[in-house]
Amino acid sequence: MPFVPHTHQDEQAMLAAVGVDSIESLFDEIPPELKSGILDQTPPGVSEMALLRLMNERAAQDEVRLSFLGAGAYEHHIPSAVWNIVGRGEFMTAYTPYQAEASQGTLQLIYEFQSMITRLTAMEVANASVYEGASALAEGVLMAVRANRKSKSRRVLCVGTVNPAYISATRNIVDNQGIVLDVLDYGTGSGKTELEALKEYEGADYAAVVVAYPNFFGGIEDVDAITNWAKEQGSLLIGVVNPTALGLLKPPGEWGNEGADIVIGEGQPLGIPLASGGPYLGFMCCKQSIVRQMPGRIIGQTIDLDGKPGFALTLQAREQHIRRAKATSNICTNQGLLVTAATIYMSLLGDKGLMSVANKCHQNTLKLINQATRIPGVFRRFNTPVFHEVVLKLPLPSAQVLNTMAKEKILGGYDLAALEDPALEDCILVNVTETKTDEDIALFVSALETACGGSSC
Amino acid sequence: MLIYDLGAKGRTAPAQYEQTDLPENHEIPTQCLRKSPLGLPEVSELQVVRHFTNLSKKNFSIDGEFYPLGSCTMKYNPRGAHVAASIPGFLNRHPLAPEIFSQGVMSCLYELQEYLKDVTGMRTVSLTPMAGAQGEFAGVAMIRAYHEKNNDPGRTEILIPIAAHGTNPATAVMCGYTVREVAVGRDGDVDIEALRAAVGPQTAGLMMTNPSTCGVFERKIQEIASLVHDAGGLLYYDGANLNAILGKVKPGDMGFDVLHMNLHKTFATPHGGGGPGSGPVGVGPRLEPFVPTPIVGLDTSGEAPRYFWKTKNDIPDSIGNLSAFMGNTGILLRAYAYARLLGNEGMNRVGEYATLNANYMAKRLAEAGFKLAYPERRATHEFIISMSREAKDLGVNAMDFAKRLLDYGYHAPTTYFPLLIPECLLIEPTETESREEIDGFVEAMKSILAEAKATPELVTGAPFTMPVKRLDDVKAARDLDLAYKG
Repeated sequence: MPFVPHTHQDEQAMLAAVGVDSIESLFDEIPPELKSGILDQTPPGVSEMALLRLMNERAAQDEVRLSFLGAGAYEHHIPSAVWNIVGRGEFMTAYTPYQAEASQGTLQLIYEFQSMITRLTAMEVANASVYEGASALAEGVLMAVRANRKSKSRRVLCVGTVNPAYISATRNIVDNQGIVLDVLDYGTGSGKTELEALKEYEGADYAAVVVAYPNFFGGIEDVDAITNWAKEQGSLLIGVVNPTALGLLKPPGEWGNEGADIVIGEGQPLGIPLASGGPYLGFMCCKQSIVRQMPGRIIGQTIDLDGKPGFALTLQAREQHIRRAKATSNICTNQGLLVTAATIYMSLLGDKGLMSVANKCHQNTLKLINQATRIPGVFRRFNTPVFHEVVLKLPLPSAQVLNTMAKEKILGGYDLAALEDPALEDCILVNVTETKTDEDIALFVSALETACGGSSC
Repeated sequence: MLIYDLGAKGRTAPAQYEQTDLPENHEIPTQCLRKSPLGLPEVSELQVVRHFTNLSKKNFSIDGEFYPLGSCTMKYNPRGAHVAASIPGFLNRHPLAPEIFSQGVMSCLYELQEYLKDVTGMRTVSLTPMAGAQGEFAGVAMIRAYHEKNNDPGRTEILIPIAAHGTNPATAVMCGYTVREVAVGRDGDVDIEALRAAVGPQTAGLMMTNPSTCGVFERKIQEIASLVHDAGGLLYYDGANLNAILGKVKPGDMGFDVLHMNLHKTFATPHGGGGPGSGPVGVGPRLEPFVPTPIVGLDTSGEAPRYFWKTKNDIPDSIGNLSAFMGNTGILLRAYAYARLLGNEGMNRVGEYATLNANYMAKRLAEAGFKLAYPERRATHEFIISMSREAKDLGVNAMDFAKRLLDYGYHAPTTYFPLLIPECLLIEPTETESREEIDGFVEAMKSILAEAKATPELVTGAPFTMPVKRLDDVKAARDLDLAYKG
């Protein structure tokens, strides 16, 4: 009887207090024909010992030697202290901080998170997070349509180098409200947005323009020019950013003349394990002037009855539990526990640490590019500078090369054939972070060379 | 004290990174380099550990306190499930790892899909929605896709009983629908005549929770289902209260076409101070073609069973992906572990003992002089008491009771929800609490009632023992301070 503490005596005494003779009688208002028998597709329970044995066996099947996969989720060192503290029951098993007096720990922590993420992005305000990066973009698009008072448009222009999974998730979410995402072609030589291509859209009414930084191919977009162009058009600028990259790259609050209006991103690189895709956290920042259109929870500092500083959920008049049908979003949860991890991560790394991680990622990526492109037939697909991810063009079909490398338990990268884009034939997307040593990079290069039919086979 | 107040210029936690300058051969264009500071704290590793450990002590949590929060199912989160989901092979798996290096995790997810089908009586389950609200979104988006596929564009309205969670109307609007509210009768059941008057060719669907947020089982659910189906609408089940009927009744058998489950409630995954959640959806035959992707398929045609991802290519009418990857897989693994620990018999007992605890607690509070909102009804896994008499006679309202409970070491029940009961407390003890814990809560309520009569300022001024007293919410919203400015 897992996790039910009742003894037989408890049960009898409680039933007597209620005035019934069996637990079954407590269900007497349910029409009898609706009652189901024993669940027959669910196995009997097991002990924790048996469970852990089973789960260890399953998890072992999924272990690899080295992974160079990125494409939206990145392997980074996670300081031991992060999950040690996150694992405290006081964080892990607390509820949403609606009772502020009994939730000051979580509330102050989220306020600190909002402080760190606004500084990292050079934006004015942040919310307490949304689910993850792709749905954060959807929320950003919906927010921009609400917030852009100059434009009545329900169209948003998205550069073609935004993560395709973000584009599809955003469309799947915003379509329901009749909001359309137009996706621009990218330069097939540069792998980034060509300013010439933007000009075709001059004068078209868009509520917002979306740009990714670095973009899906790892490349660094001309964010100043794109931001200024968007603002001249009367559109809001939504930046999709990688938080690690902001240790090295100009933050979105400083793009162009006025900075980005809304910034979203995947917070996973900030101390969150890869864990098959989640739970992660989507961060979301904006200019203070449009904060009332922001979805999700926001924490503010205030004072208590004695004038002592304290923290509370604020601007709740935007939210579903108050506004119901008139809320800015149906979102209810934030990713509290992941925010806890990200806040501890950013505190431990500090400016120096996060800059070092960013520099190391870039340095390692350049090392891999230099060595890999010496292999005959392996080229850098695009000529745009990259941060920690690069598209390599291979001499053989990408699936074949990756499968050969996988035999050595090396995941060589993301197979861009999945995108069915003729410009990406035989291409893979390779990510290198600070976790890779020179030996790891050498292993990758030798496995790639072998897989491409090079000298070592 | 904020973490920023602990910092000193140049202080770091050097064990956590390898000091690295920008490489000389870097290729970042000068105008793209960051010149401004990152603005993160400058603190030592011990300062970080101590600061956040001390912050954690300012929280109530299930591990520390009884948390009878109605409609939130704050039950024990087994440590074993957490440890199982944290095994390195699971934790380190990249979401885009090829299927050959994913059979372990995929087998767990596939089996979880099967268990959730069993529990709900649905035809297909998709695990991908990342929270209850996203599950609701997926469900209503599927209803929309169904009517579009049937070339039935006149269905513009979603019906929602007034007792519903705020996410229901907000979700309907997010999916482009207008909301029509349906009255609830004095006995807590939906007003059938009001529903009959509201359904019509404009009805896309009805969203409801059963047991409802009134803490009672909707007895006329079959009639409601027929009314909505006969009018061409579909039925959405909000799984927030699934704990009440786990192993007893299947929503599919009640006539629902689609539902979401809150795994962080019914399947005991941790709430984490406000997330992550996980909100899988289940669908019956009408909505099967529209389920969100990815879901896990099983191919048994070869020598060994092989799990594979089903995407929009396999399910062309799917509403598609709602996140970059597979949703909150780490939470799904915890739910899987919980399901395995309980097994079918254990799940059956969840609904039984959650219901026993709620009925026992309701009875004891009623005997202590508190007014039940629906005294003539059986409580389900939760029940409502109304403090309107105390508010009127003693000047002590539901919020005051809630705040004073904190001083007694109990988390407050849900306050002022559902909206149709004035001065209400919605109380859900869950099956994992012992009789002694429930008795202790009842004694605290009796004590507070005595205080409300003798020394009401002790209740209206509460709490006194928390890190802060009641906070000025008006100031928080008016003088916005959302980030450290130092």
